[in-house]
Amino acid sequence: MKKPVTTSMNGSRRNFISKAAAVGTLTVAPGVFLHKAAAAELEVEIVEIDIVEPDLNTSRSTRPLDQDVSNKNRWGMLIDTNKCATGCTDCVDACNQENGLEGKTGPQDTQYIRKVTLKSKSTGHETSLPLMCQHCETAPCADVCPTGASFVRADGIALVDKHICIGCRYCMMACPYKARSFVHEDIKNQKLSAPRGKGTVEACTMCVTRVDNGGLPACVEACTAENHNAMIFGDLKDPDSPISVELRKRGGKQLRSDLALNTGVRYQGLNE
Amino acid sequence: MTRFLRLIYVLFGLMLLSTPAMAETPFPTVHEPSDESLKCIQPEDEMRRNHMKYILHERDETMHEGIRGEAEGLSSCIDCHVEPNEKGEIAGIESKEHFCNACHQYAAVQIDCFQCHADRPQKYIKRNTHSSSLKQQLQQTLAASEVSDKEANQ
Ligand code: SF4
Ligand code: SF4
Repeated sequence: MKKPVTTSMNGSRRNFISKAAAVGTLTVAPGVFLHKAAAAELEVEIVEIDIVEPDLNTSRSTRPLDQDVSNKNRWGMLIDTNKCATGCTDCVDACNQENGLEGKTGPQDTQYIRKVTLKSKSTGHETSLPLMCQHCETAPCADVCPTGASFVRADGIALVDKHICIGCRYCMMACPYKARSFVHEDIKNQKLSAPRGKGTVEACTMCVTRVDNGGLPACVEACTAENHNAMIFGDLKDPDSPISVELRKRGGKQLRSDLALNTGVRYQGLNE
Repeated sequence: MTRFLRLIYVLFGLMLLSTPAMAETPFPTVHEPSDESLKCIQPEDEMRRNHMKYILHERDETMHEGIRGEAEGLSSCIDCHVEPNEKGEIAGIESKEHFCNACHQYAAVQIDCFQCHADRPQKYIKRNTHSSSLKQQLQQTLAASEVSDKEANQ
């Protein structure tokens, strides 16, 4: 992923770069270079940042579409909160567009992804992260559902079958991550891959249609396309997939791991 | 007694005669695709009777087992049979003009499909595109810095 980003710098970074400008190109970290693009009396106005990162989203579904999903795969996501910028909502916007959501954030509005800020009580350190359905293996939503509408697909994607959902909202109560929303009003003109309607509960589907067709969830695609690279999607059961390799190398936390839900979404950089 | 029976027969005959006059609601005609080269997957009377069997696989197999890619499905019906009229308007599912509702209203069978699925082909749905918020912010900052640079240069 090589993509120049042109941006302007604030005062302190400007000073830092103006001192570095004499050098020409500055290596910030392996694979990250700052180039001097325009200098006026040793003050750099705009820098070009080349971030050369390997493509970590190579693990995709290869299942022929006439065959059942199986438990040979388990789809998951790894989110590096250190790369996730406060105030950035690229993943949320992509999700809203993909699923035809309005993007409202009131108490009765549907949100598949929320940007959440965690603040450590001991240090005051703030972490910004996207929070969506964690695609639990032992999903409380599926446990409490009286109709079998909430279920976890064999490949680990938690879904609501709206054909049989009666809208009782038990699953919303049971979900520890507040991941689910209830549709309160009539909806028209739904997206083809995201049918949704009044009286049923819905949540992140990990973009199941895209995934089945060998694609990436819309949020991961947007985060990568915008060069934040904070999200990796892939098969947790394949030991060679980039997501498994990364988890083995640097680890990844489950939110509320005390609940032992074995979530499919993992986070890095959740520091105190 | 026979006269009484005769009266009954006459009344009964009158009843029989009057029934056709009561059933005036015409049998619905459904919208045929304007592209005549398109052919339905089955003959019309088979589809009238059994269309739900042909689209059922998506409800169960696609939803729970991820089996996709079969040509036939609810959206394929909609793609051919729902088109704008001469005025460019598309009749929604609540209208008698809608392909599905034409018969369903006649037969008084409620359809729930379109509470969740779109009642018209995707190509006729206009959507607003949300633009990426960060990109917007970046453009705004860049624009702002350009303005302040200009001011500084003057
Ligand atoms: S995060 Fe909530 S909605 Fe998602 S699988 Fe777990 S319990 Fe169910
Ligand atoms: S709202 Fe629907 S999916 Fe949730 S528990 Fe009730 S029936 Fe199941």
